[in-house]
Amino acid sequence: MQSINPEAFEIRADGSCVLVGGYSASSDKYHFPVQDCCPYTGATDIERVELSTCGTLWAHTAVTAAPPGYAGPVPYGFGVVELTQERLRVITLLRESDPLALRFGQHMRLATFDAGARVLTWCFESDRSE
Amino acid sequence: MTNVAITGVGMHAFGRFETKSVTQMGVEAVRAALAEAADPRIDAVFCGTAYAGVAAGHKVMSAVARTGMPIVDVEAGCASGAAALSLAAGSIRAGQYKTVLVFGIEKMPKGIIRSTFFEPWREQAGLAATPAYFALRAQRLMRERGITKQDLAEVVVKNRANGVLNPNAMFQKRVTADEVLASHVVCEPLHLWMLCSPNEGAAAVVLQAARRARSGIIELSAAVLRSHLPGSVLGEATPMSGIDDSDITPPTTLAVHDAYERAGIGPNDISVVECQDTDAARELLAWEELGLCVPGEQGAFLASRAHHLGGSQPVNASGGLLAKGEPLGASALGQVIELVHQLRGTAGARQVEHARVGLAHTVGRGANASVCLVHSH
Repeated sequence: MQSINPEAFEIRADGSCVLVGGYSASSDKYHFPVQDCCPYTGATDIERVELSTCGTLWAHTAVTAAPPGYAGPVPYGFGVVELTQERLRVITLLRESDPLALRFGQHMRLATFDAGARVLTWCFESDRSE
Repeated sequence: MTNVAITGVGMHAFGRFETKSVTQMGVEAVRAALAEAADPRIDAVFCGTAYAGVAAGHKVMSAVARTGMPIVDVEAGCASGAAALSLAAGSIRAGQYKTVLVFGIEKMPKGIIRSTFFEPWREQAGLAATPAYFALRAQRLMRERGITKQDLAEVVVKNRANGVLNPNAMFQKRVTADEVLASHVVCEPLHLWMLCSPNEGAAAVVLQAARRARSGIIELSAAVLRSHLPGSVLGEATPMSGIDDSDITPPTTLAVHDAYERAGIGPNDISVVECQDTDAARELLAWEELGLCVPGEQGAFLASRAHHLGGSQPVNASGGLLAKGEPLGASALGQVIELVHQLRGTAGARQVEHARVGLAHTVGRGANASVCLVHSH
């Protein structure tokens, strides 16, 4: 199974995975997915960075009907995780599809998610090492 | 500077019309608006639409046998109609045209709207779930402003009750808060009835240059369109990531500040408001973005009924999108037409007494946000 978008989401041979973002030193800002200029300042000193795989839950819900083009399981969790190191808020699927089983601020870690159609996308799941 | 007067309005009801084409709906709205304006010579046409396809405005104008002038089709998501209005008003103020026809048309697919905005991989990853973004924004608003699910339900109750008084609304039945909360959860915390329905319809207005304000005239005193500043992860720009946005001004606020400045007024001068209630929480967010209440006071404002019909500043007297549905290209102009009726005193059972200044607001993907101000003299 391959990554849904290798530019944004890298799956390594050992099965571990990472989100790939961008960092501009002159604007001191991170962004995701990586683009060729800083979305905040237009600066072009973009360094490709592997983003932290841990974060805290900032917003969460569940999608109860398959949206256009999606062939994975339904319902699925959907939310925003704020990455620990970069403080970047990333849109993500969530492993937990019951919104009432999650709480604000809980620790989350990056994982792969089977989106159907033989592709893997990313999700965040509860970090049990918390 | 030249003022802009609204001299004719026409609407095709918002709803579902299986046997009608988007062009036919546009023709009905355009004919009605032209008739009200005493069939003037039209110097230019601006047509707002997101889904009607290539040369959609031209097809309507061909069908009414009025061509030869420039016809410009405008897409700006939920603000498409307002973007068309803004271009038209600007061209009149600049002295380029004297009389401009503006209309919006739409025939939306049912269910979750498929949008070319999302790249195929984002669709495949399950990230094109539009109501889920609304739900996350609603959840943050509830958390940050102390808003409850009951409050969200009360917004629906208000707008659906107003819609019963509007023959052009799609939903013509009152609902109770309990019924709203009993409708199924689409994306927690949003239940089905808290979300507006994409639908079909058309709206048209005729704008004409007016040397100065004179008694009886309805003036379009501002028609402002703004886009977003980057950073808000749950803003209508719908990015994949964002940062702490507590100091980032949202596009609606950018637009309303421009509009208030242009018209020389503030939020307290507004008699009646039509705002973007894509979902119930979006209306409550709009209240603070437009300066109608202090952030966090939404619950108190709901309890005071200030924004209900009969209150000090009714919001969505037309029923809003929650009762009318949302035909993207037409919805902003539908709001302006509602305001024109309120200012003329022809809004029937939903008439707001002594309405003199109206505000219409849309915000949607892009991001695009618009604020239009309408004055009666």
